[in-house]
Amino acid sequence: MSTTVTSAAGLDVAAVRRDFPLLSRTAHGHPLVYLDSANTTQKPEAVIRASDRFYREQNANIHRSTYRLSEEATAAYEGARETVRRFVNARSTREIVFTRGTTESINLLATSFGQAFVKAGDEILITGMEHHSNIVPWQLLCERTGARLRVIPIDDRGDLVMDDLGRLLTEKTKLVGVVHVSNALGTINPVKALIGYAHAKGVPVLVDGAQSIPHLGVDVQALDCDFLAFSGHKVYGPTGIGVLYGKESWLSKMPPYQGGGDMIASVSFEKTTYAELPAKFEAGTGNLAGAVALGAALDYVTGLGLPRIAAHEADLLFYATARLSEIPGLRIIGRAREKASVVSFVLGDIHPHDVGTILDQEGICIRTGHHCAQPVMTRYDLPATARASFGLYNTREEVDALAAGLRKVLEVFGA
Amino acid sequence: MTALTDLYQEVILDHNKSPRNFRALEGATHSGIGHNPLCGDQLTLYVVVDGGVIREIGFQGKGCAISKASASLMTEAVKGKTTEEAEALFTRFHDLLTGPSDVKTDAKGFGKLAVFSGVREFPVRVKCATLAWHTLHSALAGGGASASTE
Repeated sequence: MSTTVTSAAGLDVAAVRRDFPLLSRTAHGHPLVYLDSANTTQKPEAVIRASDRFYREQNANIHRSTYRLSEEATAAYEGARETVRRFVNARSTREIVFTRGTTESINLLATSFGQAFVKAGDEILITGMEHHSNIVPWQLLCERTGARLRVIPIDDRGDLVMDDLGRLLTEKTKLVGVVHVSNALGTINPVKALIGYAHAKGVPVLVDGAQSIPHLGVDVQALDCDFLAFSGHKVYGPTGIGVLYGKESWLSKMPPYQGGGDMIASVSFEKTTYAELPAKFEAGTGNLAGAVALGAALDYVTGLGLPRIAAHEADLLFYATARLSEIPGLRIIGRAREKASVVSFVLGDIHPHDVGTILDQEGICIRTGHHCAQPVMTRYDLPATARASFGLYNTREEVDALAAGLRKVLEVFGA
Repeated sequence: MTALTDLYQEVILDHNKSPRNFRALEGATHSGIGHNPLCGDQLTLYVVVDGGVIREIGFQGKGCAISKASASLMTEAVKGKTTEEAEALFTRFHDLLTGPSDVKTDAKGFGKLAVFSGVREFPVRVKCATLAWHTLHSALAGGGASASTE
């Protein structure tokens, strides 16, 4: 793929692509066209090197030993925590808990917050466009406690029906969980307004930032969210590492999620006292190299500049929306007023899996299926959609390749 | 493009567009629901078994071209066969789809079902081609059972 373009946003995309070794490979004899970054992103050299360097030069268990090597490992791990704090603008590293990813972050919250604050008859309010990871943990909590899960509906375009908020946000509501950017529709939700409404009623808000962290960034103090969950692997970092941000005022009142090493102050068979934040929530040896590499990923993104990345991706979204709309029978699912660089679509009555298989033969990777958001599919009466999602390394040429691939799908199906 | 045209052969595209026996059967003695949680594909199978023989068979549901065509062609293939013959055919069909790609499988005796031999080049699509068969297997075994590809 010729990628000599500097994007309109001033991002040197050709140089950026050289940072990602995997992008130079081929698939089925074609240059790889990777349009599945909402699923997981590719990794820049800086991230691969940080992980590699940790194991080659810094590896020891943290917080436990008196020797120099362990001090260096601890410094690398805690340095990554500081990088995360700065990236989301938290007040303190005490508010940054490392987890395995968004899913574990939300399970931690549902379990621990639930134990402290949720009882029978209470309500948890989420939205109709949540990923399964922000639905099922709350359902489990509701089953355990007898609380009730309520849902803010979505309209035909893919925006939240905010008018229903007054009805749904009640004195029974204990927490609101909202996805910042929908992985299935691309919708950017008005989380700041939603947080304002919730706080007016004294209700804390969890923002699922899995899709917003890589594209918009999140400033937790500006948003004033109480909790934020995100994954490393969607922001050019490794899999198996993620973050739960929580305001210290909440985290300090919540019980531990898992028990084990590193989360205690002292243990006896009569009574165990817990460690300070954030260690209280980090039982066992975590993904040390993963955390360090996540720090490298956030530094990489910061180095390129989130506003430039966002502008580049907005250009790709605009271009892709126009190019795909020209294809006969193609219908874009999700036309919210504000969207991130995700285009979900169906092509006539051709099943998305057939679309995916044919595109794959052209070297084009897209996601097909329900995107772990089955309620969204049900809302639009679809079994599945095809979805192209763009990251900072994608180009207009790749959008052209997608459009050509989709015309090939039509050809194969004689449509 | 060869692998692709092997996968999406005329017969498959035709059965996808106009599936045969695409209806619910009243008086079905056996039925089953099959779904592929990864794709969201879902089908309901209706079978009339009389004297150990599949007299009537129909299906309804949503799915990709491969799963729909496979269900359609399966209904044609097993109608009039004994349930044992149908089960034996499933075993051979499964082997046809999952055998190593460098070993040429004898497609003889498969009739139209031979068109699915191209699926072996697409391992992630094997589940699509076998969903209807798994559903038939559980319908015959349990009456109202459901089958899942996971």
